[in-house]
Amino acid sequence: MASAVLDTPRRQRKRPKSSVGWGSPATYFVALVVIALTIAPIVYIVLGGFRTNSQITVDPAGMPHPWVWSNYTGVLTSSTFWTEFGNSTLVAGVTTIGVVVIGLMASYVLARYQFRGRGFMFALFSAGLMFPITVAITPLFLLLKDLGLLNSPVGVILPQVGFALPTTIIILVPFLRAIPREIEEAATVDGCGRIAFFFRMVVPLSLPGVLTVGILAFVASWNSYLLPLFILSDPHTFTLPLGVQVFSSQYSTDTAKVLAFTSLSMLPALLFFTAFERRIVGGLSGAVKG
Amino acid sequence: MSESQVSTTAESLDRVSDAGDGRATSPSPARRRPRRRKASWRERVEISLLSGPAIIIFLTFVILPVGMAAYYGFFDWHGYGPATDFVGLRNYKVILSDPEFRAAVRHNAEIVVLSLLIQGPIAVLLALLLNRKMRGRSLIRVLVFAPWVVSEVIAGTGWSLMLPVQGAVNALLTKMQIFGEVKIDWLGNPDLALWTLMGILTWKYIGFAVILLMAGLQNIPEELSEAAGVDGASYWQIQRHITLPLLGPTIRIWAFLSIIGALQLFDLVYIIWGQYVAGVAGTSTMATYMVLNGRNAGNYGYGNAVAVVIFLISLIVALGYQRFVLRRDMVGALTEGA
Repeated sequence: MASAVLDTPRRQRKRPKSSVGWGSPATYFVALVVIALTIAPIVYIVLGGFRTNSQITVDPAGMPHPWVWSNYTGVLTSSTFWTEFGNSTLVAGVTTIGVVVIGLMASYVLARYQFRGRGFMFALFSAGLMFPITVAITPLFLLLKDLGLLNSPVGVILPQVGFALPTTIIILVPFLRAIPREIEEAATVDGCGRIAFFFRMVVPLSLPGVLTVGILAFVASWNSYLLPLFILSDPHTFTLPLGVQVFSSQYSTDTAKVLAFTSLSMLPALLFFTAFERRIVGGLSGAVKG
Repeated sequence: MSESQVSTTAESLDRVSDAGDGRATSPSPARRRPRRRKASWRERVEISLLSGPAIIIFLTFVILPVGMAAYYGFFDWHGYGPATDFVGLRNYKVILSDPEFRAAVRHNAEIVVLSLLIQGPIAVLLALLLNRKMRGRSLIRVLVFAPWVVSEVIAGTGWSLMLPVQGAVNALLTKMQIFGEVKIDWLGNPDLALWTLMGILTWKYIGFAVILLMAGLQNIPEELSEAAGVDGASYWQIQRHITLPLLGPTIRIWAFLSIIGALQLFDLVYIIWGQYVAGVAGTSTMATYMVLNGRNAGNYGYGNAVAVVIFLISLIVALGYQRFVLRRDMVGALTEGA
């Protein structure tokens, strides 16, 4: 009930002027220009897949005329694309689950337990933001070689989970800390242990934050290039970004086909992100409070 | 209690805490609650079980490699067998005296500064724009964010097909019939390539800046600008004197992430300019230098030493930034609380 009362004033009250006031057409004009600039390259890639190579050579900036489907059907019926699609899905899926589960557990400890070394632990994970994968990639390759994890999805998943943990923890800790003490005390009175409290209350209550870190981890993994480039050399284990690069150098003369392959491989991340875009902004606001 | 109820409760709880304590939440874990008794045996087991996996994975795959880089950086080592040829600081001397590496450092520095100067103002304006209530806002948002969601490989492949002299960009400019026939060498001309790269980087990463800033805008109570509006302040006055100062902490966090990202830049340069052209075109970065002279040359000892140099440069910049810029946020939090 309290929630309903708190919700209404913030949601329904409008700023007195902004929706009607200052130059609405100008706002739309700026928005349109920005959109044109941001999506033009993407549109070029997608439309280019519907053209033939001669169309592209003769008029690089033209529309498909006539529309050609064979590039897309060619890619969609090739086993290379689907193998790489499957690899990417597997790697991104397991990475996401791993980051969310492991990150949520660690964030719970950092947010709601008192123990010596907690400040240090938080600082250690935050410092991870300064260790992007670029710096660690050469030794990481050597480490994974020693562990026998080259050419294995596990060799990509584990480091990806590790490198996603700092962001995850920084986003989730404020969420978990915001769960009022009273709820936990009430749960304890009702005979609910800390672990049960974790599963029954913390997990559902931190859902917005969990969705945010999950989406960020998925998109990052789906797009990741440097790590697979070092770890995966067997074409059967390639993820889509590697596939796109190999494909584009292999068929460097068949631009239309490269564009079709490229646009199909960006689709999943785009759809995924579009579906959850609102959640991301909401979920991040806890972390950027300053 | 149904699931939807739970989640609305969660959201409203968030909002309660947002309204309640404003800012002090994230940086200071200890302040929130009074210190309790020492952790019991049972609690210790729970703590280690819950945080163990994260700590193990983090130490093994993030911290350990950095340590390994520091070790191998002292060896002349080509990746076969144990590293035995200890060369002391020779790798580092070679790196620091190599004009190619110095050029790469200079490019990185230019990219850091230009990213902040170009992306910062655009991102703030876009975030303010997208924060206005207007029809089709969520569609506009998704479209603005799209480049950020597209992978570096795809963005790189797309741009490298569009930017050649015979490519779509020049063709489009020609079609506009303002400049006559356009034959600009966007990628190869050393005077232009860095600016081309900046354009691509802005296109690619502006969405992330906008997302962060919009998240920050959500934390600014509407009541403030409403009150200012009632007092007769114009839209731009409100943004200038209320929104922007309150957005300061978010802008500084974005700037930090942008600086670190620019120092580590690899994918887009490597894909668009390839391994060898980047140096000539003036877009090589420390990271492309590392991959080219380390892994691709089979010279792992040297590559690791480059990694250490990149790490130290990033660390110094990051610590300096935290010391001199982010500290102001904490001071602000303290004085505001008092």
